[in-house]
Amino acid sequence: MFVYLDNSATTRVIPQVAEVMTKTMTEDFGNPSSLYRMGVNAEKILKQARLNVARAINASPDEVFFTACGTESDATVLQGVWESRNKQGKRIITTAVEHPAILRNCEYLQQKGADVVYLPVKPDCTFDMDAFKAALTEDTILVSVMHVNNESGSIMPIEEIRREVNKVNKNILLHTDAVQSFEKVDTDVKKLGVDFMSISGHKVHAAKGVGALYIKNGLHIRPFLMGGGQEKGFRSGTENMPGIAGLGEAVRVAEENKAQRIAKIAEVRSYLLDLIKANIPDIKINSPEICAPSVLNISFLGCRGEVLLHTLEQDEIYVSTGSACSSHKKGSHVLTAMGLSQEEIEGAVRFSFSEENTKEQMDFVCEKLKAAVESQRRLRSAFKRR
Amino acid sequence: MENIFIVRCGETALKGQNKPYFERMLVQRIKKNLKDMDGVSVDRADGLIFVRTPQEIPQEDTLKRVGRVFGVDSISPAKEIEIKGMEAEEALTAVGKVAVDYMLEIIEERGIKTFKVEAKRADKTFPVESPQIGKIMGAKILKGCKVLRVDVHNPDCALYVNVRRDYAYVYEKKIAGFGGLPLGTNGRGMVLLSGGIDSPVAAFMMAHRGMYIEAVHFHSYPYTSERAWEKVRDLAGILTDYCGKIRIFSINLLPIQEQIVQNCPEDETTILVRRFMMRIAEQIAKREGDLMLITGESLGQVASQTAASLVVTDAAVSLPVMRPLIAMDKTEIMDRAREIGTFETSIQPFEDCCTVFLPKHPVTQPKLERIVESESRLDVEALVNAAVESAEISVITQRSDV
Repeated sequence: MFVYLDNSATTRVIPQVAEVMTKTMTEDFGNPSSLYRMGVNAEKILKQARLNVARAINASPDEVFFTACGTESDATVLQGVWESRNKQGKRIITTAVEHPAILRNCEYLQQKGADVVYLPVKPDCTFDMDAFKAALTEDTILVSVMHVNNESGSIMPIEEIRREVNKVNKNILLHTDAVQSFEKVDTDVKKLGVDFMSISGHKVHAAKGVGALYIKNGLHIRPFLMGGGQEKGFRSGTENMPGIAGLGEAVRVAEENKAQRIAKIAEVRSYLLDLIKANIPDIKINSPEICAPSVLNISFLGCRGEVLLHTLEQDEIYVSTGSACSSHKKGSHVLTAMGLSQEEIEGAVRFSFSEENTKEQMDFVCEKLKAAVESQRRLRSAFKRR
Repeated sequence: MENIFIVRCGETALKGQNKPYFERMLVQRIKKNLKDMDGVSVDRADGLIFVRTPQEIPQEDTLKRVGRVFGVDSISPAKEIEIKGMEAEEALTAVGKVAVDYMLEIIEERGIKTFKVEAKRADKTFPVESPQIGKIMGAKILKGCKVLRVDVHNPDCALYVNVRRDYAYVYEKKIAGFGGLPLGTNGRGMVLLSGGIDSPVAAFMMAHRGMYIEAVHFHSYPYTSERAWEKVRDLAGILTDYCGKIRIFSINLLPIQEQIVQNCPEDETTILVRRFMMRIAEQIAKREGDLMLITGESLGQVASQTAASLVVTDAAVSLPVMRPLIAMDKTEIMDRAREIGTFETSIQPFEDCCTVFLPKHPVTQPKLERIVESESRLDVEALVNAAVESAEISVITQRSDV
C-alpha cells in the first residue's frame, strides 16, 4: 500500500492542477506582457490566480506577489526590510526553530550589522512569549516568526505577537513564514495582523517552483529581482505562468470545502496518534497538544529514525526524520532547540498529512511501524546485552 | 589538417619479447578511450604511438583521455613535417621552419626566454647525425627567435626534433601519463568497494598495473541508505574512466550482522563481519574467474586493519588479498583520491556498512582460535551461500562524455 506521509516536505500535484498547468503550457502559453489577445488571456489567468490566493488569505489581490518559492519570499522580506529600515534600528527578532530560509538570511544580515535575536522555544516547541517581550525593543525593525513549525507542527501565536508588538511600537514590521500553515490553519492576514506572509505552492498540491508573498498595502521594500518590471516592478522576470495558474487552481480546490478537508486531516492524524500510543511503548510525542493537523512528530526510543524510515519505505510508506544516521550530519536544529536528548532526536520520526491520507492507511502504517520498531529494538538490545 | 600526438609507452617498452603484445594492448586501450571521437587513428611505429585526431576536437580532450590510459608514460602534441624524397639540407630547412614557427608560438603564449633542442635521428639512413641535427636546429631557432638564449641545463622549453623515415616531428612539453601497464595484461581482480576514500584508490592502483576490476559492495539496508549505494555507483563511474566497465555485486549483510549480534561477543563484531565479507567476495571472485581480492586496507588505520586483524582476516580466504595501500598514510591516500577524482564523492556523508553496529571497544589483537570459536556458533557456510545468492549485479559502463 502506497502511503505518503511526508506532506510537509512536498505534496502530490493534484490532477486538476496538472491539467490547468498543461493547458497553460500548451494552449494558453502567452506572455502576460504581450499586447495581443494571447497576452491579455495570460493576464486574465494571472489575475484569477492572484485573486484566488488573495481571497484565501483575506488580502486584496494587489497585496499578493508571486515568487519562485517560500525561500525567495522569506529572503525578499528579510533583506528588503533590512535595506529599507536599517537606519531606524538594527534589531530583528526571530525564533531558533525557523526554517533555514529564515535562519541563513538572518545570519547574513548579522554580518551586515543586524542585531538578530533568536528566541528559544518551550520544550513542546511553542512560542516563549516572556522571552519575546524581553527581547522586544522600540527600535526593533522586524519580527519574523513562522506560523506553523515544519518539524513539530506547533502553532505560533501570531495574533498575540502582533498585540505585543503594537504595545511597544506600531511601526515594527511583522512577517510570518506560512509555508506549513497555508491551507491547514487559518491564515487570514487581517486577523493575524501581519505585514508580510510567505507561501509556497508545492506544499498545497501545486507544483514546485512557485510561491507567493503577501505584502500589506502601503509598504515598500526593496525588490529582490530587478528587470522587466513584472509584479508591479516588485518581482521582475517573466511570470511562471504554469506554476502560478496551478497554484491558483490548487487554492481554489483547497478552499472549496476547507473546513471539512482540514477536519479530515486532523481526524486521520489523531487516529494514527491513538494507534501508535496504544500499540507501541516507549515513545515520546514531540508535537504539542495544540498542533497543526498536518504534522505529528514522535520519538521511538531505542530506535534510529532513519532506519525506521528505510524499513517503512520497503512497504512504500514514506515519512521523514529529525536526523540522518550519519555521524557527519547534526541532528535537527528544531528538536535540539526543544531540548530533546540525543536518543530522542535520533529516534524522531515526522509524519505529515494531507487530505489524501485515510484511516485505512494508518492501520497499515501502525502495523508496519510496530514491526519495524520491535525488530530494531530487539537487535539493539542484543547488541548492548553482550 | 589534423592534430598529432606522440605517445610514449614507458615501462611497456622494456618487456622484451612481450613488447609487441603490450604495445598492441596499449593501442587497443587508447582506441577504446577515444572510441566516440570520429576520424581518430592510433598507430604504433618503432616504440612510439601516434594518435591523430581531426582538428575540430580540442587538444585538451585528447590529452585528458589518452592520459588516463594505463601504460601511457607521456604524451606530446606534435607538428609533423613530410620529408619524403628530400635531400638532408632541404629536409632540415623544412623542419627548421616549423620549429621556428612553433617556438614563436610558445614565446607568444608563455614568454619563454631560454631553450634547448633535443634531436633524435630514428632513421639511421638520414645522413646527418643526431647531435648535428640539434646544433643546426638550435642555430635556426636562435636566428628566427631573437629573444631566445640557449640553456642546456635548465631551459624554459625543451624542443624535441625527431627525424624518421619520410616524416619528421617537432614537439615539446611531455604531459605525464599514469604509467603502469595496459588494462587486461594482468587478469582481473575483485575489489571490496565500500564508498569510503580508500577502496577506490586501491582499485585504481591495481588497475594501474593492468588488472581489470570488478567490485563487491556490502550494505545493511535499511540500516544504511539507498543514497550510500548511489554513492558507490558514482565512485565506480569515476573509476571506469580508467578501468573500463565495472561490475558491482551488491550484497545486504544485515542478515549476517543480525546473527553475529545475537550470538557472538560484541568486541569481535567488526572482525567477524570483515571475515564474512572476505568469504563472500572470494566465493564470487572464484565463480567469476577473478584471480585476487583487493582491499583498501592500510596497516593500523582502524581496529580491523591492525597486523593481528589482517592475519585473522586473511585466514578466512585462500585467494591472495592485494592491499596496495598497506603502507600508505591517510594523507597520501587522500591525495591520490583527489588526483583520481574520487575524493569529493567519497566524503559525502552517507553511512556505509562498516559503521553500523560499531562496537564501543573493538578488539585490536584478535586471536584466530577465539574468532574461529565465535564463528562456530554460526552456520557460516549457509550464511555465506545465502549472501552470495542474494547479490544484485550492476554494470557500470565507461562514461564517454568526460
